[in-house]
Amino acid sequence: MSSRRAERLVNLVICLLSTRQFLPANRIRQAVPGYEPAGAGDRADEAFKRMFERDKAELRELGVPLETGRNSVFDAEDGYRIGRRDYELPEIALAPDEAAAVGLAARLWQSAQMAEAANGALLKLRAAGVDLEPGAPGIEPRVDATDPAFQPCLDAVRARQAISFDYRKSADPTGQRREIEPWGVVSWRGRWYVVGHDRARAAVRCFRMSRIAGPVRPAGPANEVVRPDGTNLVEIVAGTVRAEPNRRTARLTVRPDTAAGLRRAGRVLGAELGRDVVEIDYSDVDWLAGWVAGFGTAVLVSEPAELRAAVVHRLTSVLREQRAPAGDDVVGPTQLGGTR
Amino acid sequence: MSGSGDRLPRLLALVPYLLARPGVYLRDVAADFGVSEQQVRRDLELLWMCGLPGHGPGDLIDLSFDGETVVVGYDAGMSRPLRLTSDEALSLVVALRTLAEVPGLAGRDAVERALAKVESAAGDAAQAAGSIAVRVEAREQTLAIVQQALGEGRALHLRYYSASRDESAERDVDPMRLLLVDGRSYLEAWCRHAEGTRLFRLDRIDEVRVLAEPAQPPPDAAPRDLTAGLYQPAPEHPEVILRLAAAGRWVADYYPCEKVRELDDGRLEITLRVADTDWVRRLVLRLGGAAEVLAPPSLVGEVRAEAAEALAAYAFGGEPAE
Repeated sequence: MSSRRAERLVNLVICLLSTRQFLPANRIRQAVPGYEPAGAGDRADEAFKRMFERDKAELRELGVPLETGRNSVFDAEDGYRIGRRDYELPEIALAPDEAAAVGLAARLWQSAQMAEAANGALLKLRAAGVDLEPGAPGIEPRVDATDPAFQPCLDAVRARQAISFDYRKSADPTGQRREIEPWGVVSWRGRWYVVGHDRARAAVRCFRMSRIAGPVRPAGPANEVVRPDGTNLVEIVAGTVRAEPNRRTARLTVRPDTAAGLRRAGRVLGAELGRDVVEIDYSDVDWLAGWVAGFGTAVLVSEPAELRAAVVHRLTSVLREQRAPAGDDVVGPTQLGGTR
Repeated sequence: MSGSGDRLPRLLALVPYLLARPGVYLRDVAADFGVSEQQVRRDLELLWMCGLPGHGPGDLIDLSFDGETVVVGYDAGMSRPLRLTSDEALSLVVALRTLAEVPGLAGRDAVERALAKVESAAGDAAQAAGSIAVRVEAREQTLAIVQQALGEGRALHLRYYSASRDESAERDVDPMRLLLVDGRSYLEAWCRHAEGTRLFRLDRIDEVRVLAEPAQPPPDAAPRDLTAGLYQPAPEHPEVILRLAAAGRWVADYYPCEKVRELDDGRLEITLRVADTDWVRRLVLRLGGAAEVLAPPSLVGEVRAEAAEALAAYAFGGEPAE
């Protein structure tokens, strides 16, 4: 922004803050330096009009509450003013420990847009007389919001506008068109989700943002979406993401000094034929079969049979999918280049 | 927003800022606004030309300089900063709510008081903050002990479960700082055993106790730069290339990949850099048929051998020979 324009805009704000009356554009043109006509006549009028439109847009973008109205029915055109109460940040006094918390909070965001907004807030708090010290030492909070879908989803939630996007389920690489009325966005265990009412499924759903492929498009007018009272966004995501309660128990034999993670999740009952016997609760047989298969011979299933079968199936598939090495375990790069 | 775009908000904030701090040093103004002292001088010169309509001597903003300090004589009605925009209110309120959720955080009470004040000052602009929630995971007890050690400057003894090596190990560490990254809490500390700076995820610390001896990380123990993320693949680590079928595509979301490429056959080819391929071998076995190892060749052999031996053990119907 040029210095001349910056100066004109500051003068415009001061002028409109100082008036209780609505000032019509021609009065503003005379009162604010920088709008003086470079020449008389229609061309100068046109130039002023364009300039003034741009300036109004700039102020509104910054959040300046520019009011439009008429002082009486006799006024021929709209005038402008800025209500002081709507413009000014209310009094805020923070104790030193509160100010430290605010300083710490502002450093939370890693994504440019959120970090910039937080810095804008700090600037205003400082201008309100708050002394912000750097946050308490020893803790460094950080939240990422770098999914491309984050900002459009958040914008749609705030505009209360339905959206549509292509969504990839983890097992299905091709996107599926979804249309939702978004209620909110949630960061759960470091991943972002958008929560809302799925129109086609007529049910509440949450979507992981990293699986939204391509653009997020509006699918309806603004101010249309209504979030039901008492909606707990975090609970919806947690309820969807969290596994079902455990119902079954498996018995495994584990080679000593291996599979620490599995031992952590289960219970070591004792030893048998040189191996440890571990019991573990599960609800999803495929999930546990994957975990167990990962250990190869270090963890073997004693029971139940369904888990044993699932592990054997996995290991068989692993062998099928890896290209057999020629001769011994050494495989040349040329043999790896082919496709299946 | 570029530097020039930030100028108007700064100009609008400067006069109230100076009013609240009579006689403030220009270098402190520059530091608070994150610009050069020269830029502050240019801004003040501009403001000095602004004022009420009429623009007579008594209408203009009046600033007086005394050496390196500045005082506002007349503010032309610019006595308070502009309200927070809804973006600003949202980012600050959500961040404070996130901090308020961290159990055991020193000064949690202060966070809650600050939150109430910021929400009240933001007014309507804070309403949108209800549409965004950040849930933080933390171990309350572990966190309290780690914070005690940090506060008292003492070393810690940990039993830590490392997921990549799949083992639990005891170690003594010199705590450096606590990090909250993407919803999880970590302790950054000098590990005496590894002789290096390490991150310990709090939910994987199975035992912790404060030692009597002081924490003394070596002077050259540098905190990690986290701007590029928690895991920074090192180019010197071996390259692992996997081809993932549909059921294995989640791997690309979950682990930091150096390269991700869609293949014509519908699979995804990912390239990872890993210090130690043990966990990749477990991952491939876990994925069943949903992953094919392309590199390194030694890993292909290991995966095949492990799967074949385990299958043999099941076929044999009993326990494998050790």
